[in-house]
Amino acid sequence: MCCGGCEAVARAIVENGLGDYYRTRDALPASPREAIPVALADLGIFDHAGFQKTFVRELGEFEREASLIIEGITCAACIWLIEKHVAGQPGVAGVEINFASRRARVRWDVRRTRLSAILAAVAAIGYVAHPYDAGRSEALARKERRAALWRLFVAGFGMMQVMMYAVPVYLAGEGDMTADIELLMRWASLVLTVPVVFYSAAPFFRGALRDMRLRRVGMDVPVALGIGTAFAASVWATLMAAGEVYFDSVVMFVFFLLGGRYLEMVARQRAVSVTEALAKLMPAFAARVPDYPEERSIERVMAVDLSPGDVVLVRPGEGFPMDGSVLEGSSSANEALLTGESLPVVKAPGSEVIGGSLNVESPVFVRAERVGEATRLAAIARLMERAALERPRIVQQADRIAGVFILMLLLVAVAVAVVWWFIDPSRALWITVSVLVVTCPCALSLATPVALTIAGGAMARSGLLVTRSHAVETLARVTHFVFDKTGTLTQGRLGVAGILPLGRLGGGECVALAARVEYASEHPVGLALREAAGKVEGRVECVVNHPGDGMQALVEGRSVRVGRPGWVSELHGQPLPDTARAFLSGEETVVALGDDSGWLALFRFSDSIRPEAAMMIESLRAAGLHLVLLTGDEAPVAAYVARDLGIEEVRAEATPADKHAFVAQLQEGGAVVAMVGDGVNDAPVLARAQVSIAMGGGAQLARTQADIVLLSENLEHLGQGYWLARRTLRVVRQNLAWAFVYNVVALPLAMFGFVTPWLAGIGMSGSSLLVVLNSLRLQGAKQVGN
Amino acid sequence: MEILFLLVPLSVVLVFFVGVAFWWSLRSGQYDDLEGPGHRVLMDDDKVREKKSGK
Repeated sequence: MCCGGCEAVARAIVENGLGDYYRTRDALPASPREAIPVALADLGIFDHAGFQKTFVRELGEFEREASLIIEGITCAACIWLIEKHVAGQPGVAGVEINFASRRARVRWDVRRTRLSAILAAVAAIGYVAHPYDAGRSEALARKERRAALWRLFVAGFGMMQVMMYAVPVYLAGEGDMTADIELLMRWASLVLTVPVVFYSAAPFFRGALRDMRLRRVGMDVPVALGIGTAFAASVWATLMAAGEVYFDSVVMFVFFLLGGRYLEMVARQRAVSVTEALAKLMPAFAARVPDYPEERSIERVMAVDLSPGDVVLVRPGEGFPMDGSVLEGSSSANEALLTGESLPVVKAPGSEVIGGSLNVESPVFVRAERVGEATRLAAIARLMERAALERPRIVQQADRIAGVFILMLLLVAVAVAVVWWFIDPSRALWITVSVLVVTCPCALSLATPVALTIAGGAMARSGLLVTRSHAVETLARVTHFVFDKTGTLTQGRLGVAGILPLGRLGGGECVALAARVEYASEHPVGLALREAAGKVEGRVECVVNHPGDGMQALVEGRSVRVGRPGWVSELHGQPLPDTARAFLSGEETVVALGDDSGWLALFRFSDSIRPEAAMMIESLRAAGLHLVLLTGDEAPVAAYVARDLGIEEVRAEATPADKHAFVAQLQEGGAVVAMVGDGVNDAPVLARAQVSIAMGGGAQLARTQADIVLLSENLEHLGQGYWLARRTLRVVRQNLAWAFVYNVVALPLAMFGFVTPWLAGIGMSGSSLLVVLNSLRLQGAKQVGN
Repeated sequence: MEILFLLVPLSVVLVFFVGVAFWWSLRSGQYDDLEGPGHRVLMDDDKVREKKSGK
């Protein structure tokens, strides 16, 4: 047990007979701090009818249902624990938690319990439940998912059944099957293909229509044309009881294409959840102090109800609910996700605070200056939206080729029909159909998506989640790789990089002593010291936190300070020894340890570079890419990291708008830019770059903008992913070349009437199959590579 | 072979029934969470026994 909070949580779990949690969990809770139950009084606000309006539904006279997001869920055991615990509360009619989305639905009886009691029960076992507006994006996402799954099912089941009718016809020898049975099979196939073409394939037809209205030829046009031609020819053949049918090819083609699109959508929804992004960044509630400074009593209000001039109390560990300035108290704020600054920034009375940043050390009173849409965070979100609209549309090679090809094909088909009409009108129709079928752009339109889907699957297995399928293709064409620093190339947290003992104690003892003084600190320095010390033993007394300076405590009767060297020397009045000068001259953070008799040690801290970063940079440089470090952090720190990794170009102290402008400027020069970042300040530039890659542990807002999410947080996988993308592009080119050659050879044969319609059908399926098999090589190559 | 004239239309009708069944299961949310129920079923049993022996 690390603290009273954990103890309370463990007691609540064991007393309720839920000890099974400890046996079955396979991941530890997110962090010890999250496990401290929140003050129960704060939950009272959830019982107000006006507040409940947005997320509570009335099911009956007394029954209510609420939608909640639950934070802190790490594994299946957590879900089991929460469900059992909440369902065991009196008055709770039901509770369901979705494993994938972490959304919970709770139903209860208003006569027997209140919502705040349910939330308190969730808090008692160490999780945090937020209400969220279920009405919009989640419901929309679910509807989209269900519709897509339904289309896929119709296509898949239709495919299986149509195959059942088609295979006997293929296998039957001459005279095995009477004409009327074959006709019966055709009619059965027709009946089952109709829903596949008119329902499952509807998005392709709609897309094609939209493209045509905009006078461009997109990927949907050849697909729609292929499906339409083959289906129309088959229907004609069935009605006339002559010629060949291609119902099996049509349904199979639709099923493969929809399957790829469905997988892509699921990956995107898993990585991106805008509601979650907004719910997590800005705290939903604020503690307003209405009668400041006379009266310090607080009232809980929703952050959106704050207005400029309100005074708000922000406790350590909470986020600032708006932009403002500090009135009373001093602390430091972690703004890493918003500005890229890796160290907490000191906040004294008069300092500006940014909404969405985290209060680290002690409670402060803040006067609200800009709220809601006026905050800097909202401005970043707007910048991001604009950038997403401006994102340069990369015209895909396949689209261009297919577009030209389709036009040519249609002209040729018309010409063939006209010419044969004069030569032999009885054969004109079937030869025209053969031309259209044999040159069906199926292989051409499968060439790109199949390869991209398979490459996406291979990448997902090594922790790179591709959320937009174009990303793989674009990644392979990248000329510039731009990296954020804090949290991307570096760990995003401090580590002890060096120790210089100055007094009677050795290095290890000094670290242990400093860790004791900092035992309760949430400051990155304190965290780093505790991590370096391992176990913190022994009690200290009279701990005083001086924000901006350091920590002071009484250890075995001596005053000990850990903090800024100048401030530590005030304790004993001795100047720093000369041996320490060199230690101080670096660019990194240096913290001193001293007691009332003199100096004890100096510690150097740095935000350590991810160990695999150098390898990835090396691998990207081998590919001849231009690498840039683009960060909001200070220039010396940025230069140090760049030098260490061998990145030539550095842009430091960049605001989100600067970053956006820099990438836009690169793009004007013809560069294809891949941006790798993690923070909110990276969101606009991620939206702007042709390919954006976000770290899995970064800000949700950054992830919503990413084409690829690096879930494993292992940069080496990014390097491997890049090479896989290049291989994928090669396979796509092979596929396109093959499809093109096939068509060029088959077209003249069909034009001169050498290809019977059934031969055309085999050619069409065969060329598509070859494309699929060639793409499957990407999967095999990946495994060998590992 | 005449039986095929009954069986093939029958299979078409059957497909529509299967379609309706899937549509119903989709509507009732059975595909919304594909991972959770698998874990849930593993954990419930021991819980009941534990509670009984505890009382």
